[in-house]
Amino acid sequence: MRYQRRAAAIGLVAAGALLFSACGSDNAGGGGEQGGANAAACGGKQNLRASGSSAQANAMTRFVTAFEQACEGQTVAYTPSGSGAGRNEFLGGQTDFAGSDSALKDDEAQRAQQRCASPAWNLPMVFGPVAIAYNLAGVPDLALDGTAIARIFNGQITTWNDPAIAALNPGKQLPAAPIIVNFRSDESGTTENFQKYLVAASNGAYGKEAEQTFQGGVGAGARGSQGVADATRNTPNSITYVESSFATRAGLGVAQVVNSGGGQPVPLTAENVGNAINDVAVTGQGNDLELDLNSIYTTRTPNAYPIVLATYEIVCSNYQDDPTGQAVRGFLTTALSPEAQQGLPEAGYVPVPDRFKQRLTTAVNAIQ
Amino acid sequence: MSERIEQRAPGSEGEEDPIVPSSSPVPESTPRRAPSSRRGESVFRFLASGSGVLVVAAIALIGLFLLIQAVPSLMANNANFFTSPEFSTGDANNLSFGIRDLFLVTVFSSVFALVLAMPVALGVALFLTNYAPKQLSRPFAYVVDLLAAVPSIIYGLWGILVLAPAIEPIARWLNTNLGWIFLFRTGNLPVLSGTIFTGGVVLAVMILPIITAVSREVFAQTPRFQIEAAKALGATRWEVIRMATLPYGRSGYIAGSMLGLGRALGETIAVLIVIRASTSPMTFSLFDGGYTFASLIASAASEFSQPLPTGAYISAGLVLFVLTFVVNALARVIAGGKVNG
Repeated sequence: MRYQRRAAAIGLVAAGALLFSACGSDNAGGGGEQGGANAAACGGKQNLRASGSSAQANAMTRFVTAFEQACEGQTVAYTPSGSGAGRNEFLGGQTDFAGSDSALKDDEAQRAQQRCASPAWNLPMVFGPVAIAYNLAGVPDLALDGTAIARIFNGQITTWNDPAIAALNPGKQLPAAPIIVNFRSDESGTTENFQKYLVAASNGAYGKEAEQTFQGGVGAGARGSQGVADATRNTPNSITYVESSFATRAGLGVAQVVNSGGGQPVPLTAENVGNAINDVAVTGQGNDLELDLNSIYTTRTPNAYPIVLATYEIVCSNYQDDPTGQAVRGFLTTALSPEAQQGLPEAGYVPVPDRFKQRLTTAVNAIQ
Repeated sequence: MSERIEQRAPGSEGEEDPIVPSSSPVPESTPRRAPSSRRGESVFRFLASGSGVLVVAAIALIGLFLLIQAVPSLMANNANFFTSPEFSTGDANNLSFGIRDLFLVTVFSSVFALVLAMPVALGVALFLTNYAPKQLSRPFAYVVDLLAAVPSIIYGLWGILVLAPAIEPIARWLNTNLGWIFLFRTGNLPVLSGTIFTGGVVLAVMILPIITAVSREVFAQTPRFQIEAAKALGATRWEVIRMATLPYGRSGYIAGSMLGLGRALGETIAVLIVIRASTSPMTFSLFDGGYTFASLIASAASEFSQPLPTGAYISAGLVLFVLTFVVNALARVIAGGKVNG
């Protein structure tokens, strides 16, 4: 309570006297830091800087808005410059935390140890489902499984009425038209995660590497999520993989996916994606929540949608600069709050499901 | 100083008539102003030659930077740099990249754009200088120049969203009826929009204003007496153009075209958006997809984090640098050393 009042006082100072607010809040932040960790979400460094994954940029915008409303005078400047650039800038000390589609690699983790003087943590804060989006007149609710998707995207299945697709879609009129694959031509975490899914869930049918560029060897590339969505909309009988918000906005059909447990085709909904995230296995130690995404891709849980892109915030576990640690903790706490999470489905993400949110909250509260 | 004044005098006679009667102050003032104008002279010469040296030095340093950054990656390259169509830099320990396809796509799209743009630009420039009434030629020239002011991202979006679907029937017709010519056979894309063909048309529109502007300026300077001599011999308007304007403006027209080609070679964002990427090598068709040097570098620029893969892209940039250099040199040779008439 005491600290909340103090936080309010900081807010007043910030609003009332812009000139003096910077030192005022820094001092007060230092004072607040002595107390309990969860007492106040606000305080600390006023302007956090972060950069990285563009896949989470829209979620970040929402988090930042919520943070600015919750903590007057504080903000985060997030530059969606790409995961690689984001990790580099964090490791170089130019930013306070990084957004990244993949966790730190081993050598990067060592550099992070130097930068932070403490271990860095990978916190999977933003989850976006990847849609298998298609443009096929007269076929709603197309159902596909991992093997069929893999064989479409490596060119083994070339027509829509292939027996493998027909078997998954009894009673639907599939045209004899050739399948045109649209893929992301730029390096992207979406492509990497999608291909990881194909490798994991196709029982070896994909037979390619999961890299940041598309390896399937068929189709036509287009730039960016908007590019593949537009290309698919403009090309009849085409199919692509894209973050779900782009698919729905472009008015494309979104395939239902049969997961590795077999059973019914699972439509892409926030709830079904949440089912998959709740069962995820964590490979990181302690509060480092690096995920074993294969456990999502090959989920056997009924009604779990398996193609999910997880993006991390990469933070220091113990910032050398206390106000920065306090502000990062405050920002991530706000990001997990219901106010920040509720707008996510409109932007194409899913809210963090409750069971997994508990683990994240524990980790966020431990940031110093 | 005095030499220069003497030189100018005959040429400026007609225009500067009012000054001629008061020409006596000029020789008087020259000795009086001498110290300050001499200092101005040397300052100006220093600034001018400094700028010249600066540009040359900047170019040389860019070349040097590209070379230094590229060499380690070229040493680590597992593929043949000049003949390999693949460009795979995902694994820093196993680089294999080559520029075959980049070179072909760059050259195909740029040359195709030039082939489309050169006749149109010639027509526009001749229309503006020889046919258009005065009131029309001014605003018309502005409109053509405005094309150059449109940002290339706009051209890119227009190209892929509007132009590509619109010219797909033409591409389809060429592919069906003239598919026996290697340029029009089915390429390495499953679609006929967003190909080198589409990209070339977009590039043609983009380089049109630059070729037009240079040609127009040169054609407009055709010596009056040559035109009048031709007319005196009873030449029609077309014959005047053929006998006076074109021979006079030829080198300028070619120089303008080479400037346009330079722009097309280096165009980045519009090409990146319009030309679709392909997973198989280029097949020498206009209906292929792929990357140009510039668009490949732009597409990967956000992921430059490790020195070796970055160097691979920089080595591609080095080739583009050299290519642009060669094109410019060729332009000088074709234009007979006297660019701009």
